[in-house]
Amino acid sequence: MIRKILLQLCIVLCVFGCESDDSNSGNSNQTSPTFTFSHDWDGTPVSSSDFNNFMFTTANGESVSIERLRYVISDITFTANSGEILNINGHHLVDVTNDEGFSYTLPSTIPTGTFANVSFTFGLDNEDNSQNYPDLNSANFNVPDMLGGGYHYMQFDGKFINSNMEEMGFNYHAIRAVDASDPNNLIFPQDTFFTVNLGSIPITSSTEIEIEMNIAEWFKNPNLWDLNVYNQMLMPNATAQILMYENGLNVFSLGEITYGTE
Amino acid sequence: MKKNWAWILIVLLCLNCSNDDGSGGYEPTPMPLDIPEIFSNNIIPPVIPTDNPQTIEGVALGKKLFFDNILSADGTKSCVSCHSPQSAFTDNSPTSIGIDGIAGTRNSMPIFNLAWNYNERFNWDGSALSMERQAEEPVQNPIELHSNWDNVVERLQSHPEYPGLFELAFKTSTITKELTTKAIAQFERTLISANSKFDQYSLGQATLTEQELNGLDIFLREDKGDCFHCHGNPNNPLWTNNDFHNNGLDATFTDLGLGAVTGDPNDNGKFRSPSLRNLAYTAPYMHDGRFATLDEVIDHYSEGLQNSPTIDPLMKQIAQGGVQLTDQEKADLKAFLLTLSDPSFINNPEFQD
Ligand code: HEC
Ligand code: HEC
Repeated sequence: MIRKILLQLCIVLCVFGCESDDSNSGNSNQTSPTFTFSHDWDGTPVSSSDFNNFMFTTANGESVSIERLRYVISDITFTANSGEILNINGHHLVDVTNDEGFSYTLPSTIPTGTFANVSFTFGLDNEDNSQNYPDLNSANFNVPDMLGGGYHYMQFDGKFINSNMEEMGFNYHAIRAVDASDPNNLIFPQDTFFTVNLGSIPITSSTEIEIEMNIAEWFKNPNLWDLNVYNQMLMPNATAQILMYENGLNVFSLGEITYGTE
Repeated sequence: MKKNWAWILIVLLCLNCSNDDGSGGYEPTPMPLDIPEIFSNNIIPPVIPTDNPQTIEGVALGKKLFFDNILSADGTKSCVSCHSPQSAFTDNSPTSIGIDGIAGTRNSMPIFNLAWNYNERFNWDGSALSMERQAEEPVQNPIELHSNWDNVVERLQSHPEYPGLFELAFKTSTITKELTTKAIAQFERTLISANSKFDQYSLGQATLTEQELNGLDIFLREDKGDCFHCHGNPNNPLWTNNDFHNNGLDATFTDLGLGAVTGDPNDNGKFRSPSLRNLAYTAPYMHDGRFATLDEVIDHYSEGLQNSPTIDPLMKQIAQGGVQLTDQEKADLKAFLLTLSDPSFINNPEFQD
């Protein structure tokens, strides 16, 4: 695992090496904040040790066991008070199942100071989603070409107790919504990646910003999710994708901000 | 972060030192893996332990050991007895038979592209945590080579050639278990398969038939086969996620698989997804070799699923037995699967005795 991280670091280094070593070396006002990711179910912390247990209940009343949860965030953006926008190109995979990717240090630096807004993209915007990413391919995160290609935004698998009181699988896989009823003419009804605004954040030389995902919100608001209706084969279902997108808008929030001493 | 940077620096420094050492001392010849284009285009680099770099002499030694009966207690078997090049380095019996004629409980596994098993969990159940450590096990396993390592090391040490070959590979003629398994792992990492008809198709060098393309479509469609969530896709040319799943073979388990390794009952009945490359040569299928043909495998996913508490949530329509493919769809899926087989791999002269 460590080797995998090292490999990825090397790749990151190669990719960003040229950009970062010209202007800001020796400049103590530049920093790479770290983003951390935590997960809860309406306030109760959730980690992989809570998986494979029917210990959660959706707003619609279905008992749920989580078995796999991983998702991509990308394009962290800092908006200065002046309106200047610093866009950090890059994506990051959070894999709750394997306790990996809970911490993401920006691959390049930004100036310290208070920003009017910090934001990120859930998933990948359409341009980023049309690139070929070896790390996401290696993680088997692809979306097949006949559904438009690119990558999953989120793979969330588990089981629920259905209306016949039986355990049944669900695959809450968020991707770019597509109507593929005519394979030769894919229709993308609307974007389903979205921007999450964390608000104003002061950035010092060593800042850690927590991003919180309330998993329960995927099933709650504004669309009360009935797992008996939407459970599997949701990737080709544009209606389901748009419902996920709408609920996703309420899933993320800013957690704690911690400042280290340096 | 700081720590990781430091590590990279240390690694770089070490590499530098060994390169411009200049003392005139003998060094084994580096032999970086020949990474196929289809891999370098799509997936992250392979895992090579820093303490076991690939060298020409190390690979040659590993190959000799892999084919040599000297590793078995009675001199009758070697790794290749159960991992034959003609079968993509597996064998064709449902469960493998060791030197004492006793059959184990598991189907031998093919050996290719293992340096790209990023999580480094080997065997069907993930019990071996690196290729080096994996190679320790068959030598002493009572239903495999049934030796003990002290004897093996002694036999190698008193052999006319081996001490010299270890000297060339590792700069010492003192043979140890660690160096023996390092050499074997180096050879195993060179077993790379990436030249199937489908690879050629991906590189624009071959075309697929209508039927094979239909099969790919079924493989990739979430509302048809939905095989790709576990077995890769054209952008993940390993054709496996190397992850552990219960794909619905049994309602109750005689072999707990990953569960016996982790001790977690939620892992019972989970086994590592095999690569779908080279299926033409690797029958029978599954961890216990229960299916003799690909048709049986496809029937399993279509109508044969057995429910159990740990069955993967990606398995669908379990009450009906599975994804319910028509005869035509099954035939197409099989045709596609066979495009992933790579005759140049099983015929590669570098991999023969
Ligand atoms: C008697 C038959 C037999 C012999 C001899 C044998 N193996 Fe195996 N090999 C197996 C079986 C069976 C498995 C699956 C083991 C399991 O899952 O518990 C396996 C698994 C492996 C794997 C894991 C592959 C993967 O993808 O995880 C490797 C590597 C391997 N063997 C290498 C070797 C080497 C090297 C030798 C010689 C030192 C050897 N084997 C000797 C039967 C054999
Ligand atoms: C949930 C993950 C998952 C899905 C989805 C899945 N498989 Fe598998 N597959 C596995 C696992 C795990 C094994 C090994 C199981 C064992 O031996 O216990 C396996 C074994 C196989 C094998 C046997 C390979 C060998 O070398 O023994 C074939 C062939 C295969 N699957 C094809 C398919 C096809 C075709 C589909 C789609 C219809 C599919 N699989 C869907 C996980 C999956």
